[in-house]
Amino acid sequence: MKISTIRELLGATVVTGEDKLGEHVYAACGSDMMSDVLAFVKDQAVLLTGLVNTQVVRTAEMMDMRCVVFVRDKQPTPDIVRLARESGIVVLATGRRMYEACGILYSSGLVGNKVKEPAV
Amino acid sequence: MSEGLSFHFDVDGDSFTSAGQASVQVKKDLRRLGVDPEIIRRVSIAMYEGEINMVIHAHGGHAEVRVTEQAVEIILEDRGPGIADIEQAMQAGFSTAPDAIRSLGFGAGMGLPNMKRYTDHMDIQSTVGVGTRITMRVDLPQ
Ligand SMILES: Nc1ncnc2c1ncn2[C@@H]1O[C@H](COP(=O)(O)OP(=O)(O)OP(=O)(O)O)[C@@H](O)[C@H]1O
Ligand SMILES: [Mg+2]
Repeated sequence: MKISTIRELLGATVVTGEDKLGEHVYAACGSDMMSDVLAFVKDQAVLLTGLVNTQVVRTAEMMDMRCVVFVRDKQPTPDIVRLARESGIVVLATGRRMYEACGILYSSGLVGNKVKEPAV
Repeated sequence: MSEGLSFHFDVDGDSFTSAGQASVQVKKDLRRLGVDPEIIRRVSIAMYEGEINMVIHAHGGHAEVRVTEQAVEIILEDRGPGIADIEQAMQAGFSTAPDAIRSLGFGAGMGLPNMKRYTDHMDIQSTVGVGTRITMRVDLPQ
């Protein structure tokens, strides 16, 4: 699924990484606990989280994730944005709650850790 | 590079925000050395978990990464409180992290199990009141 599609589906704003919205992600993971995220390794994934600190970006970077979506209208701090820019990670922010955001992406074909390209 | 390369890092125990910097640097160094991306990811995740543990459980410490033609070895050493029951600490879900740490996104009790899972070898030496030394190894394809 294209990151631009995720943005549209979630009505999200682009915090950083406008130039990378055309990239694809093939898996998704939603959690506020970073070690739960780190237990899940898949290529080119998106991380949905309600946790707002720099370790979210570090976790995404360690896992070669492409995109982080902050849910529940959480606003990433300037140091989060700076780290994300440095490591080339797209940051989106949505007013959706975690459950809704995951549900919307899942039902649109981004099913957890399976590599499947939806017909969007 | 038959002698191998080694990298040293001091892990600051007072800064949660900068925790993980050593792992970010190692990731860059391994990329520069042309190491396979999947191997880099395994090394980075294992080291990052260890680095975070040193910051949240042990007031910081010291990390060393050695790269040879055979493997990447990570040694994490701290003078923190030590681990009383290593077997228990290795269990998925076991954590002594207080709520303050959980609200920072850590304390799921998954760090040590992740380190074990992503590496080919892991050894923990720990003495209560003295500190902890964790050695991990990820083999390189021969
Ligand atoms: N370097 C260390 N020094 C002292 N105790 C440690 C150290 N590393 C781990 N521990 C102990 O082992 C427990 C389990 O560690 P583990 O990394 O698996 O989970 P966690 O750090 O509590 O949570 P998570 O890693 O999921 O964020 C910790 O809660 C802590 O009690
Ligand atoms: Mg841990």
